[in-house]
Parts: sequence; structure tokens; C-alpha cells
Amino acid sequence: MAKFEEMSHFYQTGNEPLLFTGTLKTNPMIAFLSESWPWYISGPLLGLIVPLLLWLGNKQFGISSTLKHICAACIPTRAKFFNYDWQEEKWNLFFSAGIIIGGGIAAYYFNGLQTPELSEKTNTMLASWGIMEVEGFAPDAFKSIASIQSLSAWFIVVFGGFLVGFGTRWANGCTSGHAIMGLSMLNPGSLVAVIGFFIGGLTFSHFLIPHLF
Amino acid sequence: MHVIKYLVAGIFFGIILIKAEVISWFRIQEMFHFQSFHMYGIIGSAVVTGIISLFLMKKFRVKSLEGQPIAPQSKPTEYKAHLFGGIVFGLGWALTGACPGPIYALIGSGYLPYIIVLIAAVFGTLSYGLLKDKLPH
Repeated sequence: MAKFEEMSHFYQTGNEPLLFTGTLKTNPMIAFLSESWPWYISGPLLGLIVPLLLWLGNKQFGISSTLKHICAACIPTRAKFFNYDWQEEKWNLFFSAGIIIGGGIAAYYFNGLQTPELSEKTNTMLASWGIMEVEGFAPDAFKSIASIQSLSAWFIVVFGGFLVGFGTRWANGCTSGHAIMGLSMLNPGSLVAVIGFFIGGLTFSHFLIPHLF
Repeated sequence: MHVIKYLVAGIFFGIILIKAEVISWFRIQEMFHFQSFHMYGIIGSAVVTGIISLFLMKKFRVKSLEGQPIAPQSKPTEYKAHLFGGIVFGLGWALTGACPGPIYALIGSGYLPYIIVLIAAVFGTLSYGLLKDKLPH
């Protein structure tokens, strides 16, 4: 059931996690959680986060704002944009901390690091870009800090991250706040933002990334 | 202590992000080359679920746990900012293969280089905050 030899890095222990020993190994719930999920299971589950946060306390789903709260909390600046009571938005930081923990739980216990079954075309395309090892979630260069070696890998990590932070705040939302929450509310501004996401994404994915590996 | 429920909601969300494979750099390139339905199916069905649940919550006047009426506010509409900011984010999404939620999930799943992506993103947000008044909105 679990292919733990595929686990590339951090969580590699050589042993199966505790949950997979004994009777839990045959627990149907754990078995389901450990399989790869089709889109029609994971999509609706992701969508349910919208009513869940509203029900928990009238919170609107969005994640990129946490980057702003981190600035407001950690970086001294006189800019008006960061002078607000970030503690009011603490829930968002707790939510994101939960995402980190959830990522660890899924990876460690639910066989979450399985390589996605990509389409044949994608595998061919990646090989033509020079990415021969399609394992886990990302190319080898992004599996451990020591493996970011080439200049282009540093470029992707640093410049790419910078654009994510700059763009999401300018657009006032990311895939969660605009694509899921905003479109769920049939907000026309969010549709414009999502069109922007694709204009940017298509541009780099077609014209820049093929030359970086 | 009332923030702990959001931590639990985040754990739920983080697990789904990983199992949905939307955090995969490979999946993102596949999506931008229209080579699989996977990502579109996920985003599409998530939005449909969101629309239906908002409709039902409104229709049945569901109250929040704290007993308040549920009233989500639309973001202010700034078409230029949505478009230009969206494009800039899209460029970064294609490069890193991650939007903010997946950045956190990837860090948790052991893809530690995404800590650097997160720090860079914080500086990106900081730079936006400092330049805000000079940008079209």
C-alpha cells in the first residue's frame, strides 16, 4: 500500500510510520487516506473550507494576507499599509500554522509524498526540459536546502517567492481568496484576478521555465 | 483559546492540499500546459461547492458558532490591481509551483526550500506595501 521508499528527504526514516503497524494498517479509513485522491473528492473537500470558516467565526477564506500580518508583526516599518492591529487577524496565522502541521501529517501518515500520476504528455514535456527525475512534488533541486545549487534554482526560489508575495498583495488575494472564496461569491473582481493568474502563469510556464533546467 | 479551532481547520485544509496534489510543481506545469483535467476539476468543483454552500447558508440563515449571522463581505473591486497583481502572482506561481497555502503545506511536508520561498514572499509583500501608492489600482 505505502511506497515509503519514494519519500525523498526529510521524513525518510527507513521504517514505516507507527500508524501503519498493527491493526491500523487494515483500518479502511487510513487505507483511504493513504491512496491518491481523484479530483472529485479533493475539490469539493477544498471547497468546504469556505462554509467551515464562516461557520467557525465568520472568517473569510484567504491565505496570502498572512504574509502581510507577518510583515506587520515582525518588520518595523512606518508604512501605513502595515500599521494595523495584526493581532485582530491572529486566526489567519493559526490557520496557516495548521496547514504546516496538516502538510506534515499527510506526508508522514497518509502517504502524502506519493508522486502524482501525471499525464504522458507532461512527462515527455518535463523530460524535454531536462527534468529526468519526476519524483515527489517538485524537481530534485527543491527537495532540500542543500540541493538548491544552480543559479536558476535560486532564481526560482527567491524571485518566484518574491513575485508570489508582491502579486498576491497587489491583487488583494491568491488562489484561495480570489479563485475559491471570490469566485464562490461570484465576485467579478476575483474573476479578473484569476484571469491575471493565468496570464502570468502561462507566460512563464511556456516561455521561461523550459529554459531553466 | 478560540483561535485553536482555526488551527484545527488549517490541519484539515493542509492534509487535503497535500492529498489533492495541488501543491505539486509538476501538476502546476501540467495545468499551465492544459495536459490534464486534474487541477481544473479540483478548482472547478471547489468553486461549485463554495457557491452551493454559500447559497444554502444564506437560504437557511445559518448562524456562526458564536451565534452571529453569516455575512461574507466582497473584497473592494479594483480591476487594475486585480489584473496586474494577478499577473505578477501568476508568474511566481508558475516559477515556484506554489501559491501561499501550498507554500505552508510544502514546508510541513518536508520540502524545506519552500521556507526560502516564504521568506522571499514576505519581502515581496513588504515591497508592495512600500510601493503601493505608486502602483495602479
